[in-house]
Amino acid sequence: MDQSKIVIMDGNEAAAHIAHKTNEVCAIYPITPSSNMGEWADQWSAEGRTNIWGTVPIVIEMQSEGGAAGAVHGALQTGALATTFTASQGLLLMVPNMYKIAGELTPTVFHVSARTVATHALSIFGDHSDVMAVRQTGFALLASASVQEVMDLALIAQAATLESRVPFVHFFDGFRTSHEVQKIELVDDDQIRAMIPDELVIAHRRRAMNPDRPVLRGTAQNPDFFFQARERANPFYAACPGIVQSVMDRFARLTGRSYHLFDYHGAPDAERVIVLMGSGAETVWSTVRAMNAAGEKVGVVRVRLFRPFSTDAFVAALPRTVRAIAVLDRMKEPGASGEPLYQDVVTALGEHAMAGRLPYALPRVIGGRYGLSGKEFTPAMVKAVFDELAKPEPRNHFTVGIRDDISGTSLEYDPTYIIEPDNVVRAMFFGLGADGTVGANKNSIKIIGEETEMYAQGYFVYDSKKAGSRTVSHLRFGPDPIASPYLIESANFVACHQFVFLDQIDMLRYAKPGAVFLLNSSPWKPEEVWDHLPRKVQEDIISKRLKFYAIDGSRVAIEAGMGGRVNTIMQTCFFAISGVLPREEAIEKIKASIRKTYGRKGEEIVQKNFRAVDMTLDRLREVPVPAAATATRDLPPPVSHEAPAFVREVLAPILSGRGDELPVSAMPVDGTFPTATAQWEKRNISLFVPVWDAELCIQCGNCSLVCPHACIRAKRVPPEALVGAPAGFPSAEWKDRERPGLQYVLGIAIEDCTGCALCVEACPKKSKEQVGRKAINMAEKEPIHAAGRAWWEFFLRLPDTDRRELDLGSVRDLQFARPLFEFSGACTGCGETPYVRILSQLFGDRALIANATGCSSIYGGNLPTTPWCVDAEGRGPTWSNSLFEDNAEFGLGFRLTIDKHREFAMEMLQRRRDEIGPELVDALSSSPQSTEAEIAAQRARIAELMKILARMDDPEARRLEAVAGHLVRRSVWMLGGDGWAYDIGYGGLDHVLATGRNVNVLVMDTEVYSNTGGQASKSTPRGAVAKFAASGKPAGKKDLGMMAMCYGNIYVARVALGANPRQTLQAFLEAEAYDGPSLIIAYCHCIAHGINMQKGLDQQKLAVQSGHWPLYRYNPALAAHGRNPLIIDSKPPAIPVRAYAYNETRYKMLAMARPDEAERLMQLAQADVDQRWKLYQRWMAADETQPAGAQAG
Amino acid sequence: MDLSTTYMGLKLRSPLVPSASPLSQRLEDLQKLEEAGAGAVVMFSIFEEQIHHDAEALDHLMSAGAESFAEALSYFPDLGAYQVGPEQYLDLVHRASQRLSIPVIGSLNGMSPEGWIGYAKRIEEAGARALELNVYYIATDPGQDGASVERMYEDVVRAVCAAVSIPVAVKIGPFFSSIAHMARRIERAGAKGLVMFNRFYQPDFDLDEMEVRSDLHLSSPTEMRLPLRWIAILHGRVGLSLAATTGVHSGLDAVKMILAGADVVQVCSALLRNGIGHLRTMQQEMEVWMADKEYESVAQMRGAMSQRAVANPAAFERANYIRILEEYKSRYTIA
Repeated sequence: MDQSKIVIMDGNEAAAHIAHKTNEVCAIYPITPSSNMGEWADQWSAEGRTNIWGTVPIVIEMQSEGGAAGAVHGALQTGALATTFTASQGLLLMVPNMYKIAGELTPTVFHVSARTVATHALSIFGDHSDVMAVRQTGFALLASASVQEVMDLALIAQAATLESRVPFVHFFDGFRTSHEVQKIELVDDDQIRAMIPDELVIAHRRRAMNPDRPVLRGTAQNPDFFFQARERANPFYAACPGIVQSVMDRFARLTGRSYHLFDYHGAPDAERVIVLMGSGAETVWSTVRAMNAAGEKVGVVRVRLFRPFSTDAFVAALPRTVRAIAVLDRMKEPGASGEPLYQDVVTALGEHAMAGRLPYALPRVIGGRYGLSGKEFTPAMVKAVFDELAKPEPRNHFTVGIRDDISGTSLEYDPTYIIEPDNVVRAMFFGLGADGTVGANKNSIKIIGEETEMYAQGYFVYDSKKAGSRTVSHLRFGPDPIASPYLIESANFVACHQFVFLDQIDMLRYAKPGAVFLLNSSPWKPEEVWDHLPRKVQEDIISKRLKFYAIDGSRVAIEAGMGGRVNTIMQTCFFAISGVLPREEAIEKIKASIRKTYGRKGEEIVQKNFRAVDMTLDRLREVPVPAAATATRDLPPPVSHEAPAFVREVLAPILSGRGDELPVSAMPVDGTFPTATAQWEKRNISLFVPVWDAELCIQCGNCSLVCPHACIRAKRVPPEALVGAPAGFPSAEWKDRERPGLQYVLGIAIEDCTGCALCVEACPKKSKEQVGRKAINMAEKEPIHAAGRAWWEFFLRLPDTDRRELDLGSVRDLQFARPLFEFSGACTGCGETPYVRILSQLFGDRALIANATGCSSIYGGNLPTTPWCVDAEGRGPTWSNSLFEDNAEFGLGFRLTIDKHREFAMEMLQRRRDEIGPELVDALSSSPQSTEAEIAAQRARIAELMKILARMDDPEARRLEAVAGHLVRRSVWMLGGDGWAYDIGYGGLDHVLATGRNVNVLVMDTEVYSNTGGQASKSTPRGAVAKFAASGKPAGKKDLGMMAMCYGNIYVARVALGANPRQTLQAFLEAEAYDGPSLIIAYCHCIAHGINMQKGLDQQKLAVQSGHWPLYRYNPALAAHGRNPLIIDSKPPAIPVRAYAYNETRYKMLAMARPDEAERLMQLAQADVDQRWKLYQRWMAADETQPAGAQAG
Repeated sequence: MDLSTTYMGLKLRSPLVPSASPLSQRLEDLQKLEEAGAGAVVMFSIFEEQIHHDAEALDHLMSAGAESFAEALSYFPDLGAYQVGPEQYLDLVHRASQRLSIPVIGSLNGMSPEGWIGYAKRIEEAGARALELNVYYIATDPGQDGASVERMYEDVVRAVCAAVSIPVAVKIGPFFSSIAHMARRIERAGAKGLVMFNRFYQPDFDLDEMEVRSDLHLSSPTEMRLPLRWIAILHGRVGLSLAATTGVHSGLDAVKMILAGADVVQVCSALLRNGIGHLRTMQQEMEVWMADKEYESVAQMRGAMSQRAVANPAAFERANYIRILEEYKSRYTIA
């Protein structure tokens, strides 16, 4: 490897590097796991980095992948070199354009981090279902298996497309290769130039649309000649494989790295061969080497160019000794005679055999599936496939990596078959997202990879929670290139960065005998930690003869000024004891790297990290290991014994990291899961939790209103209900003259609390003696843990307040409405979830929710558990996510069903009026159901109806039973973020609103694509920095509400809970009551704003006070009464926008980086606000005299 | 009429010097101050603590939530370098020094020894002609005695003076057991000027919200009595240039300070309240008074009413206090 060209990067960056160097236009759209490619391109262009022709590529974010493909198509047609980056559904949205681009023989490369296409469920992880879904478009498909290959084949694809005119999809495994950090050799500008002849670029430009030499393209053709025209392109496809090979050969001459359409590796006389593509091929190759060394005649064919599939090249690639072939596909094609690669292999061999051109006897071919949704694919599984091939009757259409106890497809494998060489350091680090573990490990890879001869690999596993998420880092270092694209199974270094993990994860099962175990022992000192370990951990340390080191890392972090981030400390420990580098040298390099990483953020940050390094070396201890375990404490069960069977048997193993062991039979057949499962998870992620002061409390309900995780609840109960309460259970007399004599209790779910402290911020009551103390205060959890848990359990058993007694428009009463959305995985202090919880409190027992993909679909529906839950009667929101782009249409479908079924039920009721009873039928038909009491009465009538129907023995009675539930007023909600509502889903949303149907839309507006990491949307305000708007968003925020108001018959509200909770509740109730489409746009503070989340509600107030977020309600129902439908609920702007904006990093960072530009944009942002306020005032004055702000409370 | 004065060896055309305030945040305002007749300008203070806080906040808020969730491994693009350090300040000092013909005096509020010395050097390198050390220290620890506080001041002054070659003034608060002695120690530590007095931000209570509010209110003319006394006492007793600050709102106020012995008179609240043009008004008021009293130069006036120069030196001391009380009693007490 040329040391001067060494770089440490992941697959996404490698692809983006070539794409940015060889293109002029990048049209992008965020989608996991490809977003980073677009982010790199955008950042490089913002920094002024040029392509190989010395010009900075244009990077433009589009409204969807469909839009990106369209823009690329147009740029290509007019002669630019254009590209895009995508995955999964994104690639599917590009399909129509891909047919066009290919049909027009237009050279381009789409770089795809291949990801699962959503079926029974969404998955962000990798397989080939997306790329296989475009194999028919006419694009060539070129597969990379490793990070180095990504860089190399990205360039080969670019060169080949220009020469062949066939467009390419260059793909690699999403969330494996895309995110695997590797030491690779950079392909530099000179090499790129040598691969991309200018004449081919000029030829592309000559074919472009140009009014100086006009052409007509994109025509319509008829049956007489369309077919012939379609066949006209054949020679280009026929030539393509040859061109690709010649480009590969040219590349090999330039770089020394040689590739072929099909690369065979293994024994020259192999009898058993596996054929596959993508990163799995690396694993097979590694296993083949190990098996060859053991004398086994096996080999692997790595498929690079899957389309056009060269049958000649494939047949030629196989050794003539081959007897049996297993073709592995990383996707599933239900109902097919086999997956695509398998079919191509069979066809290639079969055609050659039939034509008498097969240079060896026709081998037996079996096909199998592996690695769906990023399922691990290990040498043990490879071995199992080879073993299967050795059988006289190997199983066809098998699966490997799972236990299929339903269809019996799966191959058994021996998980103890491990081929990791001894000279590779294999280190696993178990950390928290918030403690900086992953960042430190990426840093370690850079240190070792860039500054030593060693090769390095890093891969990082995250859980799906946004608050308190756990991370596992897998690092390998060794003298040879590391071709192990799978998780470490046998580690010689295991580090636990959080003591509590010892109770939650069996991490020492990964430690090989004699390995080093490093523990952040906080809150215990190394000298005292042994006695606090669970018994299982002690036993493992002893039996595996682990060398055990500990440091009171969290204390060191606090003392060094690092807060909760133990990253530098644990990284220092790793270098101090792993022996990867000489200790002194390692420490020196850590410090150099700290300066490099943090220098730009200020000297103080550098110095505190240096302090942490020095203190660490002083405090790290080896812990003497006694001969026998002494602990009496065992690992607690992952979920309570009281949990339902499905939770205990299926969800609990997933929670404890053993989901891979679940058999096929454990899974629902169609992706349907029960709700009300988050309650069993008990994540205990916060060390500090709220404590209620019952005496001081004024029972206002603010704390429960703002709690993002529904951890604070209130009930009012008769005193006798408190009999048998656990010791110290707090309660107070309910302060209400209307219902005297009741006791008020506030329940706090301390094991589910994330510690955001929004409740304390929202509490209005201060102690008279000590104003810093409120009626709810944060306290350390451990001392009150046991009591707090008992109190919560008792609280849950207390009866809920009868909803008929509640004024749900008042904050004070809302606290008694049971939340049907609880304990989500959203960020600590999330600004979205309080709205979702309110929705569930108000309408949850009759709500159907269509949820656009995004944060809310992840914290709402990323299994194993879901926060959506049920009330005491078992009713609750029923929830589904279709896609990102179609959520409004999806939700409209719900409405159409309900409307139809209600109508159908009414028709049947009328037909059977006399049998059922005229009074009941009339009551069922005419109930307005506008109050909780009326809804309860209607439910009682339906129960009555069901009884009557049960006695009727005819088909129509059964038909009526099936749809009668919809006689209760249903509440249809479409939830999503601004990425959905303003951008990708806007067309559908607009159409759905225009239908006039009774649907409710809640847009949780964070002003960025939060879930994918903060990319700009059309909601992003001017002057805010976001990804894809690295220089500050130049354009103003789209006024979605105003656009909807223009229809005149749409209820529109703009709300901000932190600024005016009552207005928020009013808007929800009015929207739901309005018999037509309703749109609520809710301000959601977000971690992507760069704020102290504890102050999120204050920030909402400032947003409103500055006029950035005016509050209003536009209620068409008022127009019917001759009133102006528009009511402005906030006062005229009272503070400048900058007073709001510069509390947020998204604005401030621009002021810190480019002050002049920040100032220019801030002045424009102020003008935006001023103008919009004037516009609203004019709207208000249009047919009424009432001035804007007159309604302000 | 000669308004010129010498401050720490710098020849100034006027004793009126805008003190560290928001008015020095923009180059345009600095130019306006020069046009309005300022003799020099003291830049707003750079606070080491603030720099650290900004850097910490940026680092914390940009990395919050990063590397935690697979789909969002970060939440912000990398904009390269951020001006979290003193760069913006130094750049302004540099540009002001280039653009203005009057001396630009840097102002520094440090925290750590490295901060004091490091930033002082960089302010000097940026082109400041002098440096004002804004030692803003509130001793809240009952275990810390006055002597150690005084030593801390002295150490800071000595360290900074050793590190830079431009003259250094020290801005102190009035809360020393012996201000005169402290002034001498500061002088011995190497300072060339003394600025009296710093106005510490005083907390206030918001009785509606029951919260502590820390806002700055502008000075009033009555506040000038305290510096007036100490300028008068110290004039001629120490070798330091003396700068008066706090409560100087009119040209006549400035006259008083000069008569007491001030080499320069710093102005802040009056300009914030009345605008930069007020500086010219003040100068005119001074000139009218001087003409009326037939003074030809500021040098002639300086110290004319200092403690050593007046007929009754006791007026500045305790005896004076007794006399005031007596007067007060005779005026308001009903016999």
